[in-house]
Amino acid sequence: MDAVLIQLLNGLDKGAAYALIALGLTLVFGTLGVVNFAHGALFLIGAFCAVTFQKIVTISKKVLDPNITYFDAYIEQPYLEIWFGETGLAVIDYAVPLSLFLAVPVMLLVGLAMERGLIQFFYKRTHAEQILVTFGLAIVLQEIIRHFFGANPIPTPAPDIVSGSAPIGLWIGLGESFVYPWWRLIYLSSSIVIISSVFAFLNMTTFGMVVRAGMANRQMVGFLGINIERKFTIIFALAAVVAGVAGVMYAPILPPDYHLGMDFLVISFVIVVVGGMGSLRGAVAAGFLLGVLQSLAAMTAVNALLPGISQIVIYLVAVIVLLTRPRGLMGRKGVMDE
Amino acid sequence: MSNTVLKIENVNKSFGGLLALNNINLDIERGTVHAIIGPNGAGKSTLLNVCIGLLKPDTGEVTFNGGEKIIGKKPHEINQIGLTRVFQTPEIFPDLTLLENVMLPALSKRDGSYKLSIFKMLSKETDIKNEAIESLKTISMDDRQDVIAGSLSRGDKRRLELAMCLVQKPELLLLDEPTAGMARHDTNQTIKLLKQIKEGGMTKIIIEHDMHVVFSVADKISVLARGKIIATGTPEEIRADPLVIEAYLGGAEL
Amino acid sequence: MMMNIFSKKSAPRLMLFFAIGVLTMPIWLDPVGANYPDLLQKFAIFGIFAIGYNILFGLTGYLSFGHAVFLGVGSYSAVWSFKLLTMNVIPAIIFSIIMAGLIAAAIGYVSLRRSGIYFSILTLAFAQMFYNLAYSVLTPITNGETGLQLTMHDPRIIDNALSRTVETGLPSTDFFGISMNGYSGFYFCAVMLIIAFYIYLKIFSSPFGMKLKGIKSNQKRMKYIGSDTRPYLIAAFVISGMFAGLAGSLMAVTDPLAGAERMQWTASGEVILMTILGGVGTLFGPLLGVGIIKYLENIFSAVNDSVLHSFYSFLPQWGENLLVTITAPFVGEGWHLTLGLLFMLTVIFLPGGVMEGFQKIKLYFQNRNKPDKSNNSSEESSNV
Repeated sequence: MDAVLIQLLNGLDKGAAYALIALGLTLVFGTLGVVNFAHGALFLIGAFCAVTFQKIVTISKKVLDPNITYFDAYIEQPYLEIWFGETGLAVIDYAVPLSLFLAVPVMLLVGLAMERGLIQFFYKRTHAEQILVTFGLAIVLQEIIRHFFGANPIPTPAPDIVSGSAPIGLWIGLGESFVYPWWRLIYLSSSIVIISSVFAFLNMTTFGMVVRAGMANRQMVGFLGINIERKFTIIFALAAVVAGVAGVMYAPILPPDYHLGMDFLVISFVIVVVGGMGSLRGAVAAGFLLGVLQSLAAMTAVNALLPGISQIVIYLVAVIVLLTRPRGLMGRKGVMDE
Repeated sequence: MSNTVLKIENVNKSFGGLLALNNINLDIERGTVHAIIGPNGAGKSTLLNVCIGLLKPDTGEVTFNGGEKIIGKKPHEINQIGLTRVFQTPEIFPDLTLLENVMLPALSKRDGSYKLSIFKMLSKETDIKNEAIESLKTISMDDRQDVIAGSLSRGDKRRLELAMCLVQKPELLLLDEPTAGMARHDTNQTIKLLKQIKEGGMTKIIIEHDMHVVFSVADKISVLARGKIIATGTPEEIRADPLVIEAYLGGAEL
Repeated sequence: MMMNIFSKKSAPRLMLFFAIGVLTMPIWLDPVGANYPDLLQKFAIFGIFAIGYNILFGLTGYLSFGHAVFLGVGSYSAVWSFKLLTMNVIPAIIFSIIMAGLIAAAIGYVSLRRSGIYFSILTLAFAQMFYNLAYSVLTPITNGETGLQLTMHDPRIIDNALSRTVETGLPSTDFFGISMNGYSGFYFCAVMLIIAFYIYLKIFSSPFGMKLKGIKSNQKRMKYIGSDTRPYLIAAFVISGMFAGLAGSLMAVTDPLAGAERMQWTASGEVILMTILGGVGTLFGPLLGVGIIKYLENIFSAVNDSVLHSFYSFLPQWGENLLVTITAPFVGEGWHLTLGLLFMLTVIFLPGGVMEGFQKIKLYFQNRNKPDKSNNSSEESSNV
């Protein structure tokens, strides 16, 4: 039972990453009508904002190691520590959460640049062409990352204070052995906060209303004389920020490497389709659902019963859903109908 | 072979609470041009969609040539038994040339619904090509064989679609507002064309708004109002029918 | 104009020119430094892969993201044939094509229930399933991460029955005694390419091919003129899967091992790129795309910093360093960056690929050379 609960929680945090990426993908698809294969790259850029920030704050100077007196030994001491002492060390420790201050403006800029520089020219082209051009862009972005950061995963630890595990078992009366890493808990809760804020933004603001109207019937909104194009840019940037923040927060859980984006993209795309193209709720629900399913399928008991199932469960679900419910779990009529 | 090409019996169809077709009975006679007219929302398109198998009626039966049941068949099966349809918005092959546009239906007619004909070359299909050129001649576009169909004007696209249907020599041709959205000049040309193929003896059902078109080409007219057929007869009879006049002039309840 | 290519007389002539062109590749590719067996084999093998892909994507417009699966299946099948039966390549090729065809039929049967982006995602999902399974449950067949290789203990039933055994080391693949190493390997692939191209040309110029084009252009109309589009699509999918299977088996013929990375979806991306770059739906476009990409890959991935330094050595020191710094990310390991950029530029500016570029250039020169005639024909073209 404990094992199932643990896997459930593990699945939720993976699912949160899927849900955040799928949310952005759906938002972009539903409003702009663009199939964006480069969306995974935005997640990747977010993760590497955390890496970059960590690299910057740990820029070090070689100093004599005071502990070794027999000969001259050097150790690397970060400038921040030299200049600010304890405060500097704290900044280094909190590099990942602090890097959000770098990531948000960077993602905003990347989103704006991408939409204005490329995506806007593809509104009227076929889905196949959109897929192809953004696929090319994804390759370009990931290769640029590889050029600067190499091919190996880069560990990006969470702050020390949350490096341990939360005794969830004690809280809910399941015993001491049932623990869950603090950072994953933080990650999960912040994902839920982000998802809720996006929904709140779309449901409670005038801007959000126009966007939802646009998702329901783009032509009509155009007829009403609303300049939807400018809103598209904002939506795209918003989706980029969401993906980027997800990337930052996920970095301590999975040390990022250059093909992180593609790995998540393929799955997220499948999730969007399972949830129903153009359905935000569907994307979020399917993200969590498939994350949990994947995690449960990885359990030894399940694997003994159905060998290899953990590797393919997501795709299997996708195939079944697509064949039985062409519009996905929560897809609406009229979106991407054939 | 019976004299009735298409028999519509007791067809009812409702959408939600709206009864779109109310107990329709209609026989389409061989070799006639049968027009179905009626005010907006009378159920004309619904009826046509039932005839072509696109919509399944709640009750009733549509039979073709005295035996073949239409309802429940797939579009290609319906075409293969001899029904072809011209759509309201022209459905052509916009990326292909005019000749290819007309060759495809001819090939499809000959090959049936599926044939893996990889090893015969198109250039050896002289019969098909000649048929296609003949068909292009009837719409006087045979001099533009290699033009890409997508570049045609709207009126020309509709005429091309007509040629694509005619090349199959269907027993029954259904035309959904063949002149809708056409300029006067184009309409006249289409009327000329419809009259011309009328002589071929093919049975046709036409749905049309334009009374000028209807009265110039139809042998028989059925008037549909609120899902019911209120009159069927020759153009002269229809012109004189008081019910029809009422339905068109509006006001009175039927 | 397209009709000319397919006229009765010119098809055999086209085949003849094509065959001569392919077989003389070692001669005419020599001046550009592309004349060595490894690269020539790649041209031929990926050529088969790309024209097969073009039968599906080019003619029907269905964008598959899973074609690398058939490549992988072809390779695995061929290596198994080498291990179990004989080192002769003919059974291996036949076995591969059949296996790829069967799997394509299964995947196609399911995936083709949907169209558009849903079809793409379904094929992608199947590709990922095969790729992941190759590393887990299917390891007895695929040998997991190590990849499937020949070993000293392989049964090779037929070879042993005919006592065609080698004394030392691993045997090499052969075509009735001719070893498939080096140039003979290339010529074998080249002959396969010619045969594949013949079938491809036939499909392009057959009623079947035209119906596929009809499906791409307007599937609804295709149904309403009496064609059942589904079997046509499945047939196109299976045929193109078999082409991919043949390409996969030839990879094993020239180098008898098979790994799952051949099935990764990025490998499907590569064949899409080659087809698009050359010109999707055109007869020669995909081959052109293969040539350009494999040739550039060969050059770019071999270049390193020292090569760059010597290349720019005519410049002053600072200029040399600057240009080396600028170009270095695009070569060697960075070849994929160049590839991605090339891909984007093609889709943005030349969605019809290089073939469209040729057309544009041709039109430009035609219009420039005959300004007076274009005036005369303006009346005609206004009708068009």
